[in-house]
Amino acid sequence: MTFDLECRNVSKQFGDFQAVNDISLEIPAGSFFSILGPSGCGKTTLLRMLAGFSEPDQGEILIKGKKMAGIPPNKRPVNMVFQHLALFPMMNIGENIAYGLKRNKVPKQERDKKVADVLERIDLPGIENKSVHQLSGGQKQRVAIARCLVLEPDVLLLDEPLGALDLKLREQMKVELKKLQQAFGTTFIYITHDQSEAMVMSDQVAVMNHGRFEQVGSPQSLYYQPNTAFVAGFVGNNNRIEGVVESIVGETAIIRSDAGQQFKTTFPEATLHSGQQVHLYIRPEAIHIRRDQNVTSENHINGRVESILFDGGNSQVLVKDTESSQELTVSLPQTREFNDLTAGEMISLSWDIRQSNVFSANNKSEP
Amino acid sequence: MNGKKLSFYLLLMPLLLTLALLILLPQLDMLGISLRERVSYGVYEFSLLHYQAFFTEPLYWNTFVRTAVMSILATALTLLISFPVAWYIAKIAQGKNKNLMFLACLIPFWVSELVRTYGWMILLRESGVISGFLQWAGLADAPVEMLYNDITVMTGLVYTSMLFMVVPLVSTLEGMDDSLVEAAYDLGGNHFTVLRTVIVPYAVPGIVSGCIVVFMLTLGNYLTPTLLGGKDSLWFTEQIFTQFITRFNWEQGAAFGVLLLCLSSLIVWLGLKLSKQSFKQAMTSDA
Repeated sequence: MTFDLECRNVSKQFGDFQAVNDISLEIPAGSFFSILGPSGCGKTTLLRMLAGFSEPDQGEILIKGKKMAGIPPNKRPVNMVFQHLALFPMMNIGENIAYGLKRNKVPKQERDKKVADVLERIDLPGIENKSVHQLSGGQKQRVAIARCLVLEPDVLLLDEPLGALDLKLREQMKVELKKLQQAFGTTFIYITHDQSEAMVMSDQVAVMNHGRFEQVGSPQSLYYQPNTAFVAGFVGNNNRIEGVVESIVGETAIIRSDAGQQFKTTFPEATLHSGQQVHLYIRPEAIHIRRDQNVTSENHINGRVESILFDGGNSQVLVKDTESSQELTVSLPQTREFNDLTAGEMISLSWDIRQSNVFSANNKSEP
Repeated sequence: MNGKKLSFYLLLMPLLLTLALLILLPQLDMLGISLRERVSYGVYEFSLLHYQAFFTEPLYWNTFVRTAVMSILATALTLLISFPVAWYIAKIAQGKNKNLMFLACLIPFWVSELVRTYGWMILLRESGVISGFLQWAGLADAPVEMLYNDITVMTGLVYTSMLFMVVPLVSTLEGMDDSLVEAAYDLGGNHFTVLRTVIVPYAVPGIVSGCIVVFMLTLGNYLTPTLLGGKDSLWFTEQIFTQFITRFNWEQGAAFGVLLLCLSSLIVWLGLKLSKQSFKQAMTSDA
């Protein structure tokens, strides 16, 4: 099977700084692949190597099975949507979209037809003669994508194109982009530092840190089964509790936190041993919250509400354990039951032992 | 008139006074002088005689056209040479180097134009440095005269004008997002098409404002063409100087001055029309 895009052990160094470190990936045709990572993790460097603006120091890049070494950006079957879109301000929309076709010597008539077609497909028919500054942010976005897709590239690279938009438009464009990708069937490679963008749109997400892929998988697997502490901390929100493995019983470990509480958790086979320093991760939305203090559960804390961080559907409560003063962030269920919750109230928290993830503490690459 | 308005006009006053008293008034007076004829001692009459003289005397007319053509050529050459320099300063040089390059463009202006031009003469004259070097190296067996020809005049004009082209170009090019160039390559452009379709169109405001300044400076330059070109340089400002100083014919000199002003205005207007720029755009491009 040939993949639309393949990287084999790609590395890139700038002086002493290892920007991209031995990355291998395979992207099947027609998929939406995201590379997610904090700024400075090397994702832009990787993308620029795919586009041909720089060459890898080691390893090779293949597009549709063809080696790309030494092929300049204007000869590669990939196109890139830039962070600030890079629409040409001195040309109108029609000329912008026709730019690539013109360079490929497509005759004028066919060019005009293709431009009209692609504008139709992005739901902006007949805007050929408008100038760039007459369009709204979301429209510019779609034009920038159309300018690339009209060339029918094998792979479309997107460099955080939603970064400059305001929140509302960004939410809208996420859906829009996903629809466009499905409609055109082109392979999209999308880089972002925004985990929500990556998760909503992608078939596959690679989480990148310090020039390496920490984990590659579906958004669900990254969220529910993070392989590393970095992924657990970076994808979604998480509470981190530091502690020591006290004992292991079958597939369950008992962790004693530095603050003195005891928690039970399941863990991946053969990764823990007694006495090991560990970090325990529990998602705010995995924690049950009750007003009744007499709950018996395997993981259970009684705490005092420190403050309520109201944010509509994403509201959270900051709870402090009465015994150990460990703080936890808990999602506030929007079922009206807790609408009258106030700071200072006593509540009880509990979670299932399978809902927490545990990682060895000597991993330096945590966010 | 309230206080705010009053202070606005008071602050504006020095500028208005300068414009009116030092530029507008003398020019109008020049126009007046050019339109009169001296009939006897202290008695003048309205006449178009001096304009007529300009159109009937081929020497004046030829000098006029020659000055215009040479100035346009010098502007074009300055643009060609300055563009890569400006590109290097704006896009390639980093931090300290950038400032150094800018300084290098500025340094010649620390010396007065007269001294600078005599410097050129020391290099280029028959008994000068370059001629001496060529003889020493055996490349020439007699002294070589490099002064008093059009190429030398052109070199001097371009050298004097570089800075005024580089500065507006750098500020326009610095405003250009690098990703525009990358996008053009990514969409299939090569070096030539990217330059022609993206970089130059983007830089048009800077090019136009640089060209206007350089053209006007060149057209009105007196020292460089006279010293480097000698007697045969046939520069129009020289004609004006001759009329005023040598011939003491102020009327003729004033007529030439008015004609030169009309010429430069006409060519600048044509240039703006051709590049589809407004004067305002071109003059605010480096803001």
